This record gives sequence, structure tokens and C-alpha cells, in this order.
Amino acid sequence: MTDISHGSAPQTTIDKVQASLARRHRKQYILQGFGIVAISIAFLMLFILLWSQIATGYKAFMQTNITLEVFVDPEEVDAGKLPRGNFDDVLVAALLPYLPNVDASSRADVRTASGIFSNGAQFYLRNRIVEDPSLIGQTITMRVPVSDPYDQLYKELVDRDTPENLRRLDNTQISNFDQLYEAGVITSRLNTALITNADSRFPELAGLKGALLGSFWALLTCFLIAFPLGIGAAVYLEEFAPKNKLSDFIEVNINNLAAVPSVVFGLLALAVFIGWFGMPRSVPFVGGLTLALMTMPTIIIATRAALKAVPPSIREAALGVGASKQQVVFGHVVPLAMPGILTGTIIGLAQALGETAPLLLIGMNAFITSAPGSPFDSSTALPTQIFIWADSPERGFVSRTSAAILVLLTFLIAMNAIAIYLRSKFERKW
Amino acid sequence: MTTLAFAILLAACMVAYALNRRAATGLRDGGQRLHSVSGYHGLFALLMILVPVLVVILLWLVLQGAVVNRLVMSSLPEGTLDGLGKGQVDLILAEIQSIAGGRVFGEPEVWKIAAAERFSGLLQSAALGLVLVTALLSLAIMFFARSKVSAEFRARQGAERIISGLMIFCSVIAIFTTVGIVASLAFETVKFLKLVPLTDFLFGTSWEPQIPIRADQVAAEGAFGWLPVIVGTIVITIVAIVIAIPIGLLSAIYLNEFAPKPVRSVCKPILEVLAGVPTVVYGFFAILVVAPAIRSLGAAWGIDVAPNTALAAGGVMGIMLVPFISSFADDALSAVPRALRDGALALGATRAETVMNVLFPAAIPGIVGGVLLAVSRAIGETMIVVMAAGLMANLTLNPLESVTTVTVQIVTLLIGDTSFDNPKTLAAFALGMMLFIVTLIINIFALRIVRKYREAYD
Amino acid sequence: MDDLRVVTRDIDTHATKISAKNVQVYYGETHAIKDVNVEIKEHTVTAFIGPSGCGKSTFLRSINRMNDTIDICRVEGDILIDGQDIYDRNIDPVQLRARVGMVFQKPNPFPKSIYDNVAYGPKIHGLARTKAELDEIVEKSLRRGAIWDEVKDRLHAPGTGLSGGQQQRLCIARAVATEPDVLLMDEPCSALDPIATAQVEELIDQLRESYTVVIVTHSMQQAARVSQKTAFFHLGSLVEYGNTDEIFTNPKDSRTESYISGRIG
Repeated sequence: MTDISHGSAPQTTIDKVQASLARRHRKQYILQGFGIVAISIAFLMLFILLWSQIATGYKAFMQTNITLEVFVDPEEVDAGKLPRGNFDDVLVAALLPYLPNVDASSRADVRTASGIFSNGAQFYLRNRIVEDPSLIGQTITMRVPVSDPYDQLYKELVDRDTPENLRRLDNTQISNFDQLYEAGVITSRLNTALITNADSRFPELAGLKGALLGSFWALLTCFLIAFPLGIGAAVYLEEFAPKNKLSDFIEVNINNLAAVPSVVFGLLALAVFIGWFGMPRSVPFVGGLTLALMTMPTIIIATRAALKAVPPSIREAALGVGASKQQVVFGHVVPLAMPGILTGTIIGLAQALGETAPLLLIGMNAFITSAPGSPFDSSTALPTQIFIWADSPERGFVSRTSAAILVLLTFLIAMNAIAIYLRSKFERKW
Repeated sequence: MTTLAFAILLAACMVAYALNRRAATGLRDGGQRLHSVSGYHGLFALLMILVPVLVVILLWLVLQGAVVNRLVMSSLPEGTLDGLGKGQVDLILAEIQSIAGGRVFGEPEVWKIAAAERFSGLLQSAALGLVLVTALLSLAIMFFARSKVSAEFRARQGAERIISGLMIFCSVIAIFTTVGIVASLAFETVKFLKLVPLTDFLFGTSWEPQIPIRADQVAAEGAFGWLPVIVGTIVITIVAIVIAIPIGLLSAIYLNEFAPKPVRSVCKPILEVLAGVPTVVYGFFAILVVAPAIRSLGAAWGIDVAPNTALAAGGVMGIMLVPFISSFADDALSAVPRALRDGALALGATRAETVMNVLFPAAIPGIVGGVLLAVSRAIGETMIVVMAAGLMANLTLNPLESVTTVTVQIVTLLIGDTSFDNPKTLAAFALGMMLFIVTLIINIFALRIVRKYREAYD
Repeated sequence: MDDLRVVTRDIDTHATKISAKNVQVYYGETHAIKDVNVEIKEHTVTAFIGPSGCGKSTFLRSINRMNDTIDICRVEGDILIDGQDIYDRNIDPVQLRARVGMVFQKPNPFPKSIYDNVAYGPKIHGLARTKAELDEIVEKSLRRGAIWDEVKDRLHAPGTGLSGGQQQRLCIARAVATEPDVLLMDEPCSALDPIATAQVEELIDQLRESYTVVIVTHSMQQAARVSQKTAFFHLGSLVEYGNTDEIFTNPKDSRTESYISGRIG
């Protein structure tokens, strides 16, 4: 067998290896190239996703307003009849001097011109006067939002070159707006209404206050239920549960629940909470209850991992000085595992915040124009509000949907940032 | 009033804690040797009150609505409700409730006003009863717990036993939830199957639940065949998986085997961001960007593309699943022992050959488990398809056409007014049952594969 | 220590196969190998011995550049095989490893059939043109791994189904299938029972005819049984290198003596 020793073969191993080397390396570069392409596609998609939301959404953070010197005519607004009064006419009267072309005696012309005001403009004026009736008879400066089509026009989302019959604003309306613009009464300001108003049928008035509070109440309920129950279950399963059929069965259940489609939890909530227990529809409390059931497996799994990471020496040390098993667990192990538990909980709540389908099924997609004052008032939630706005035909809701998405993503990023901070700050190396 | 009940409970807990603790401390100061430290005597009293009273309050709150409604409805004048359907009865109840709440529309009948008065009266007495029961029960237990304080009493064991019970209860909630899901789905599905025969549901090729159906007409119509719905689900799932698998696997292979450490540590979390984006956002992305893009592409190539194609919904879903598959593949590749990798490299295999010939085959079970979980997720995914897929059930395998899915149908059938005797509503639950069964089977199977795989290399 | 039968053989006539000059290896901040100079002879079994953590495995892994796969590892100095610097920029580690085979501490057969395990190296390197040639290589390698008789009837059974000792001989067969010049063995018997160890040791002695064998071992008896040359490593330095019988009977360095007599380790 010595014939294969180095150098005696007609063609050495090295030569043979050499022959195919370039091809083999090329294959490696191809695989690497595919990998880079795959990651780039994923990143590109993420980028397009975020960019498309920012590009359409940022416009909703500004709102076009019209500022007018309004004479509150006592003829139109009677202090004795408040809150009723012809606030509409008062505003129009302030508008007409800027539009010399409008024939003040033609009702159609006036109506066309007044269409520039948001439907809610008169209520802004009304609220101000109800607050301070002494304003009647005086001239006050009012800044009110313009209605959606004009807002779109100002933001250059309406193409002036489109044929007139395909535009939502005809030439007269556009020229009216241009006159006002040249008169300097049209301004664009930060759209605080997006946060301070509740939902509305009119895009320029619609805001997220109701949705934000709804999500807040739902998450609070979810936290108050899922956090203690989740920790209780995890501590029991990890530290106390005997290894028997029941523990195994619970374990299998928890793992499977974590993978059950969210819409099924919605069906559960609809049938059990609303159908059998007679709880009200569209209510953040029921939403929070449903989300709690979905979040619990996440919290349990995270908590168990955190408990496992606490070294047994700690338990032995405490048991060694005569502490009971529960004193050891609640006095030493759980506090040491707390950063991990909190991190898992925050991540679970972040998931719950973005969850939509179960909330739709319990009716949290209702059209509600007032913000909830408690978890038992009907309301929407942030993700369901996005769903409602995405479904709305008005153009102004497109950018508002993206704006709402940006708000939601901001909250998610903040929550995850807190979780990452907690993890890095308190992470212990044993 | 409810708040008052909770306040009483809280106060009772605190008082009982203080009382028992003081009593135990008194014994100790009197020279007796206590079995348990005084804090545990207090804790025992607190838990003894907290647990049962809280249960009573919650049960009361859950049940009182139904009981009051039933009492009010049964006290209506004889014959008022004769011959009325369930929907109409519910309507009358709702009207009575709104009158009781002070929202009177028009001129209600006298008996309704009377019923409304009775309704608010009953509600008031229920609230009063709750407060009374809370107070009495708390007080009774407080005395009982106080009487237990003695030197020999094992307060620590008592308290710990209650805490153990509470923890077991927390754990069992997972079982309750599963049972709740199965029970609610099964209950409504059985009702549905009474209206629509099982064979029609399973093998029918037409799904048209939107057609107004009179109760006696349902079976004849046969509009509840789930085949087009499940086929649509499968089409969209296949599109999603076909996109997610290559991208996810190749990313995982690149990050695990080729990427320099800094690249890996930056890219992995960015990839995870894709998994954290809420599905409603993906849905809006699909209708805002992807669907129009596919439509204009189709137009440019002269292909007829439906406005809400399966391709758009499935494609976006695929992107959502990329981090899911890549993290499973990453775990599976990392779990292959280093010895195998070294063995291949030492033979002179290139890194690509090592991955493709040795690591990848060894990691296949783990990867398959991950892919199965991704499939189950795609089947159960709701918001993307609700927003981007179609509503009409269309028995086709063409991803360029508009199809509907199980989850879309569940949501559209249940959004808006739902009453539980309507076949539309019940059909949603039947679909939910099927969805639950299918995903459960896939999940159990996938989790088993993944676990077996982990054991093989541990 | 009656099994410490030192075999004396005439080896100094062999040419130098591997020569290391001023080799330093760093793991991040740790200086793992300090200034090692050694000349390893052709057709010889050279044993690296020393207490655990002394760097003997690290040095072995730098001979076929397996240390390249560890990100934080850095090698300085020259290692020459047949006069060629293996850390030269023009040397491809893939090609190098085809020439320098390696057997690991724990048997690591691929989760494939016995045949595929042995055929893997020849396949990727393109050493066989036809199936018949490949069959021939596999048989030859398995014979050389002294396992042919045990597995010839079940070549397509999974390699992971063999016993520990068989697995390790399969790995040796796999390593020799690419016809390397040098065979590196990193504690090849540490996971095996005494009978399997004896089989593998016997095999190593036969392999000397065709290959230059370098073996890392923590067992001094094993070094004495199988090697002609022995290098003693301590705290990353090469303390002493010489003929095995001399090292064991007449060590020059006091550290070597302490180790051999069991005082370090």
C-alpha cells in the first residue's frame, strides 16, 4: 500500500484539488451573494414600508387653517339662546370680504365659498362664545381648520392640471382659495388636533385621542390581569409544580395557546365575555381581558426563562438558613428574576398594543366621537382606528392612517427600547 | 357602589392584617413562643378575606346583569312577548335599558316605563346587596381569622397553602382558556350544523353567506360550502411561504455562516423589526403600496390582475414571515454541534460546502418545524388579508385573482351587528373551529419536531 | 508504569515535513502560544503532551489553519510544510486542509451513511472521476482505517449508528480518503474505551508508513506507546522536544521531569 505515498501517484492530490478550486470558490461566492440579496430584499421591504408611511403620514401632522377677524354679530348670536346661534353665518360674513367675486346675495355662491370651512369650524366658534358670552358684539380673531379638499389642495395632493370634472374642487373653489392664500389668511400649523381630538367623519377634525385612551385602558386592564396571573403561573410551574400529568398538560396548553391565531381569541371573547357573560361590546375592558389571555403565555414563557437563569446556589443558600420554599422563591428568586420578567412583560404588552383582529370582533371598531373616560366606555383602540381610517373613502384619511401608524410604531419602538434598556441595565452574569 | 364594595374589601384586608399581627405580637410580648412570626398571622388573615370575598364580588358582577334582565323580562305583563322572535325580545330589553338609563326616545308604552323603573330598582338593590354581602362576609371572616391567632397556630403554613392555591389557579387558567375556546367554538358550531348539514359545509363549493337567508331556506341554498374559502387560504399561504422560505433561509445562512460579526449583530435585530410591525400596518402597506405596484406591473405586461390579488396579500404576509423563518433556521443551524462543522472544514470543505452538505441537512428537522409554525401563522393571520384580500369566495388557484380566506370571512361576518341565532354569525364560528383545529394540529406537530430535534443535539 | 514501553526506532534519517518558526497564537488578548519552534519529521508519529490548557491543541489546529474559523484567533510566525509557508497569502486553507487531515477528540461522523462519510472529501475535491474510482477510494480508506471488515456489509447504514471506537476509525478513514500527507489527531482516544483505544493506537502506528502523524494526547502512556518524537508544552511554550525514549527516560528540563513524574498536571 505504499504506492499512494506522496509524489508517487501520476497526478498528486494537490493537483486534483487545485483543478476544481476556482469553481468551488465561485460556488461559495454565489451562495454568499444569494444570502446578501435575500437580506437586502428583506431590508428593502422594511425600508419601503417605513418610508411609505412616513412619506404619506408626515403631511397629516400639519393642518391648513384659515384665520379671520370675526365680528360676532348679536343679531346672529343671542346670548340668551346659547349654545344655539347662527355661528355659520357669522363665519361666512367674516370670509366674504376676502372674496370680491362672490355674490353675497347668491345662496349657491355663498355656500360654495363657505365650503372652505371645516364642518367643525362653527363649533370652535360656538365653544369659544359659550365659554365667554361677553364676546358677543365684539370682533375676535378666529383660527379654524379648512375642510379636507382644501387641506389637500394646500398640501399639493390635488393636481391642478386634472380636468375640472375629475377634481373634487372646481375652478371657482380653487380661485377662491388662491385669493384667500394671497390675502395671507391661510396658514399651516402643527396638527395638534390629531392627538387632542377624538374620531370624526371629517378628516380635518379626526384625531386619535379616543383611540389612544382606548388602547391605554385596554393595555392597563391587560397588564393588571396578565402580569400577576402570568407570574403566578410561571412561578408555580417553574418552582413548585410536581412533575406529573397535570403539569405536562398545562405546559402543552401554554405552548399551544401562544400559537393560536389571534382571531380565535376574538371568537372566544365574543362568545364567552359578550355572549354568555353579557359584557358590553366595544369596551376597552373586554378588549383588555381578551388581550390578557393572549399575552399570558408570552409572560409565562419569559418569566420561566428568567427564573431558570437564577442559579440554584441562591436557592440553596436561602434554604440553608431555614427559609421556607415560598420565602426563598418570593424573597430571593423572583426579585432577582424581575428584570427578565419585566422585559418579557413589556414585549408582550407591545405585541398586545398592535393586536387588531380580536378587538375588531368585540366591536372596538365602532365609530365613536368621544374619548373614553374609563375602561367601561365604548371606544376604539389605536390599531382598530388605523383599520377604520384605512377603510374610509375620504382622501384626507389616507395620510391620517399613515400618521396613526407612525404614532403606533413610535409607541412600539419606545416600549421595545425600554425593554432593551432594562435588559442591558439589569442583566446579571452569573 | 361597585367601587364602594372594593373599598370595603381593601379596608377589611388591611384591618384584618393589622389586627392579627397586633394580636400575635401581643402574644409574643406576653412571653409565648410563636410558631409563626406575627407578619404571617397578619398575612393569613388578609388572604383569608381577600380570596373568597373577591371571588364573590366578581361572580356577583358577572351574574347580576343576566339575573336582572331575566327578572325584568319575566315580570312583563302577561302575553307581551308572545310570538316574538329572540331578536325582537332583545330589542325590547335594550329599549327598557335605555329608558332606565335616561335616554327616552319618542313616547314609550307605559309597561315599558314600568319595566324600566323596575330595572333601575333591581339594579340599585343588586348594588346595595353587593355592598352588604361584601361587608358582612369580610367581617365574619375577620372574626374567624382573629380567633385563630394562638401560639401554636401555623399561620405561615396556612398563608402558604392559600398562596399555593392561588398559583395553581393561575396555572390552570391556561387550561380554562383552551377549554373556553373549544367550548365556545364547539357550542356555536353545533348550532350552525343544525342549520347547515356538515357535508354541505365541508364539501360545498359555493360560499355566499351575504345572501339574505330565511331560516327555512338555508339548507336549500347551500351557500355555506367552505371549499372556496379554504382554497383561497391555501393559495395565499402558499404565496407567503414561497416568498418567505428562500429569503428567510438564505438570510439565516448568510448571517450564521458568512457575515462578519458586526454585520450580524446589526442585521439580526433589524430583521427582527419586521416581526414586530403590527399586522394592521402590513395590511395598510399592502393596499397603499404593494397592490397598486402589482396592478401597474400587470398592466405594463398586459396581464389581467384583480384589484385585490392573492399575490399582494400573500407577498406582504411572506415578508412578515421572513424573520420568523430566519430565526428558526438560525437557531437550527447554531444547534448543529461545532464538531460537525470542524469535521467538514478539516476535510478541506469550503464554508459553502460545509453549510450545504453538512450543516443544512443536519438542521433540516429544526427548519421544517419552524416552517410549519410559519404555515400555521399564515393560515391564522387576519389583518393583512382582511385589508388586502378579497371578500368574495372564488374557487381558483390563480394567485392573480381575488380570493378570500377563512379569517377574512370570520371578521367580515362578525363585524357589525351580531346576534347568536343568525346562520351568518354561526358560520363564522364554524370557520373558527376549523381554523383552530387545523392550526392546532400543525402547531402540535411542529412543536414536537422542534423539541425532538433539540433533544437530538443536547 | 510497566506499560510504559518506550519504542526506540531509528527516525533521525527522515526529512523534515513541518517546520514551525517563532509561532505565536493569540486568542483576543490571551497569548496562547509563545514563540514555538519545532521541526516535525516525515513518516513519524510526533506526540504533543502537556497539562490541559498548555496550548498543545491550539498549536495543532494552527497546522491546518483550523484556527481561522475562530474569529478572535490570530497566528504570527511561520509554519512551513515541505518548505512552503502555509500562512502565505497565496495558500488557500481549503487546499491546505486537503493535504493536512485532522481527526478530532470526539468522533464526529456526519449524519450520513458510512459510504458518504468517507466519500465526502474525495467528492468535494474532485478526486474521483467515476463511481468505480470512488468505490475504490472508499474501500481503500476504510481498509486503512482498519474498519473495512466491520462495515463492508453495511456501507449505506448511517455512520452515527456505529460504536464510539468504530466512529473514530471511520473519521480516520474519512480523513485519509483525501490522501493527505499529514494527519493531525487531537486527543483521538479521549472519548473511547480501553479496547477501542488499543485498536486506534495500533492503527496510528500503521499510519506512520504513509503519513506524517501529529497527535495531541493527555496520556503519557499513549505518547510513549505510539510516538517516536515527543514535544512537551507548558503554559503555551514548547519546553522540550526530542526522541520519545529520551524525553521519558532522561528529560533535560525540570518541568518535563515534574510532569512525567506526575507533579504537574
